[in-house]
Amino acid sequence: MIWDHEHETMPRDDLRRLQGERLRALAARAHENVPFYREAFDKRGLRPEHIRSLDDLPLLPFTTKSDFRDHYPLGLSAVPLEQIVRIHASSGTTGKPTVVAYSAADVDLWSEVMARTVTAAGVTRNDIVQNAYGYGLFTGGLGFHYGAERVGATVIPVSGGQSKRQIMLAQDLGSTVLCCTPSYALYLAETAEEMGTSLRDTKLRVGIFGAEPWSERMRREIEDKTGLLAIDIYGLSEIIGPGVSVECEHQCGLHIFEDHFLPEIVDPATGEPLPYGEKGELVFTTLTKEAMPVIRYRTGDITSLNPEPCACGRTMTRMDKISGRTDDMIIVRGINVFPSQIEGVLLQAKGVQPHYLIIVDRQRTLDDLEVWVEVSDEVFADEVRQLEALEERLRRELQEVLGITARVKLVEPRSIQRSEGKAKRVIDRRDVYSG
Amino acid sequence: MKATQISVFLENRPGRLLQLLQVLARAEVNLEALSIADTADFGIARVIVSDPVAAMAAIQEAGLTAATTEVLRVELPDEPGALARHVVEPLAKAGVNVEYIYAYSQRVGDRAVVVLKTDDIEKAEQVLG
Repeated sequence: MIWDHEHETMPRDDLRRLQGERLRALAARAHENVPFYREAFDKRGLRPEHIRSLDDLPLLPFTTKSDFRDHYPLGLSAVPLEQIVRIHASSGTTGKPTVVAYSAADVDLWSEVMARTVTAAGVTRNDIVQNAYGYGLFTGGLGFHYGAERVGATVIPVSGGQSKRQIMLAQDLGSTVLCCTPSYALYLAETAEEMGTSLRDTKLRVGIFGAEPWSERMRREIEDKTGLLAIDIYGLSEIIGPGVSVECEHQCGLHIFEDHFLPEIVDPATGEPLPYGEKGELVFTTLTKEAMPVIRYRTGDITSLNPEPCACGRTMTRMDKISGRTDDMIIVRGINVFPSQIEGVLLQAKGVQPHYLIIVDRQRTLDDLEVWVEVSDEVFADEVRQLEALEERLRRELQEVLGITARVKLVEPRSIQRSEGKAKRVIDRRDVYSG
Repeated sequence: MKATQISVFLENRPGRLLQLLQVLARAEVNLEALSIADTADFGIARVIVSDPVAAMAAIQEAGLTAATTEVLRVELPDEPGALARHVVEPLAKAGVNVEYIYAYSQRVGDRAVVVLKTDDIEKAEQVLG
């Protein structure tokens, strides 16, 4: 099913023209209203009028996560505060979160692309949508909420957690659509089994799963255990939140709503654009966003693009499932975690050496984050309770900075492998990336 | 009598205690008392040895994390009720808290020996004479 036939099935030539016009307007707007972009243009000797069509895209400067950090919190805004109606945030590479702002038109745009998204997954006004994405600063909850309401579905804004209650609500209210992270879907399936029931015995038929990478194997496991059609969705707060791309019922790549979010694939090392079909770093330019337009944002996600028409009728470019990261960001229970955040906590803790190892595992189905910290002579105490207090203090500080619980394990000095050059900081035992 | 105890941080997995004992053996240091406190993840091995300086040097050379602590070495009659009567009760009356206590591997003559860590070593030494 298609929500917006006019745009989602637009002939590609027309689409390119529309994208070119919007890109031209964006360059002018960003240059005029965002000092960061004005400086970046000037540094390259670039004038807004140099951007005439889509072909001029490579002339534009990149934007990175650290640009958000350097202009924390709202320095990248293109509108005055009175036009900002909403703020969301995701975790940043260091202690400060990445803050994003929306105008009223942006919230409307977001609702519209989320309406396209849930419609692509087969959701209609007759559905009951159990939205188990977290509500709050995280974009997942409210993004799905607005999109499902726009198509006229009934929304249950249950948010994350309280798994037994989730099962009960699904049974009692007859939910037909489940929105959450893929790992939480598996966890709910196991919770149902523990309660002596099964998600197969509910009316749930479709799951829209995202906010973390997951493999094809995991998709089959979810579909087997729950009986749901498991649809992959992609988004990130810097671009808009969920609603950047989604699979259709054919599950053959995620259609990017590229009339609003212009995709590119670039070589992560050189920044050179790569042709369709080649794997590289996914880059987005927001063509229509008002409050915080973003030019050529380096997502850090590795994938490839495929512009071939899809059996569903959409002409919009499809992106492959995310197959990795260019940086060391890990996604745990839907939350972005950067090793540098953990390093920051350890560096501030007195006497702890910054030798650490992050181990991500999937215990049963929920992600489990463990941080190994080497015990130095300075921090070592003869008493168990002092070392346990240290573990507890580090655990609390990590929770504060990361927003999720991490277990802290004290290990002997030099037990964490040193390597030449870049130290190996993360061992990810989950099977999250396909291929 | 005060004694120097060496505490060593050990991960709670097979072979870790063995490494410590081998280091001490190679340094030709005799182990006089040993106690291990453990949690799920790690343990602290506490040892009294014949030559604490040589032992500490060897342990640090081996890359283990260690610290020295002043403890009390107390001799007492090897008979029922002695530990309570001669050590714990006097300390309790004096308001000194015992943090941990463990026994020597060898007796001295007909007397038993214990190692004692308290929250106030000076006062404990005074009390126990």
